[in-house]
Amino acid sequence: MSERNIVFIALFAALIAALGLIPALKLPFGVPVTAQSLGVMLCGTILGGKRGALAALLFVLLVAVGLPLLSGGRGGLVVFVSPSVGFLVGFPVAAWVTGTVVERWRTMHIGIAALLGSLLGSIVLLYIMGITGMSIVLDKSFYESLLLMGWFIPGDIVKAVVASAITVGLWNTRPNSVLSRSTMS
Amino acid sequence: MISLSSPHKTPYHSYSAALKLVLLCTVTVVLFSIESIAILLLVLFVSASLYALCGRLFFIAGFKQLFILWPFVVIVLLWHVLTNTPAQGATIILRLLCAFTFANLVTMTTRLTDMIQVINTVLSPLRRYGFNPVWVGIAIGLVIRFTPVFRVKGAGLYQAWRARSPSRPQLKIVQPFAGLVIDDAEQVAQALRARGAGVSVSELLQSSSN
Repeated sequence: MSERNIVFIALFAALIAALGLIPALKLPFGVPVTAQSLGVMLCGTILGGKRGALAALLFVLLVAVGLPLLSGGRGGLVVFVSPSVGFLVGFPVAAWVTGTVVERWRTMHIGIAALLGSLLGSIVLLYIMGITGMSIVLDKSFYESLLLMGWFIPGDIVKAVVASAITVGLWNTRPNSVLSRSTMS
Repeated sequence: MISLSSPHKTPYHSYSAALKLVLLCTVTVVLFSIESIAILLLVLFVSASLYALCGRLFFIAGFKQLFILWPFVVIVLLWHVLTNTPAQGATIILRLLCAFTFANLVTMTTRLTDMIQVINTVLSPLRRYGFNPVWVGIAIGLVIRFTPVFRVKGAGLYQAWRARSPSRPQLKIVQPFAGLVIDDAEQVAQALRARGAGVSVSELLQSSSN
């Protein structure tokens, strides 16, 4: 693995952490949403499947070893026994699917591929994993857990659109840095 | 960056990180098979005692961490009161509190370096497949170094927006933020390559250690 790949993986893991501090959205009914899951989407759409997954995995590992990288300064092993464990564990898988869609569908416009990848990987798949984790920890059915977490889906769809727009913007201005499509990666 | 491990030294700090992690996994799996409220209360008492043995300040610091759970506790309580199954709700909440307090105890009493050592040990068998754990060390160092840098840069972008607009930027600053991250990544990668003259990072580290 080249130095460039390692640095991009590490700095995108840091990007996910830093986005936890930005109050990104407030849904109409008052639920605050941070941009951390947007960071996971960007890992996939910009770095591609493998590197995106490694960046998200690195972020999850650092949360596990006790760094307060999640929004609200959360971190440590407690997150892995909390109801949101499925979402955290799902980050690398979400980034991998998101990035793989962008990489594989090269004939498709990058904005559409990034949007579809984000919707499929970072919303559908991530929510399946997150809700499954929540249903295990809280001893609820999948449907009951979906009712608890469904409030956040509109905010995540907005983030998928934003991730797509950001990826298009970066592809137009600095295509060599979009490793998911660049021939220089 | 400040780790969540406690600066207050306890006897548990001297125990092996790997042992603590194995014990935590075992305890957590066992906890999910316990249905009795009495047993769960006893386990919670044992967990609280483990904190109390290390002094009042350590106990309070551990107790404060529990506040992270309050939204879930409220939701579960409401749910089970409304569905008229309070005993089941109490079991779920107690189990959650027990698992949480044990996990937090391991986090608070294990140094970051010891945790990273466990990761290196776990990853070392991958060497035979061409994976070099040194990369992980470098990547961890970069994340720890750059997260505060990016937080400052993100705050700067946020303030720059607020100085020019009465509205909050929401997600509009993420595009320039991602650009800043990519700029830094390209510069750091170039700096690493310049110091290694095109060799891989592992070779670079080996040459610097010789």
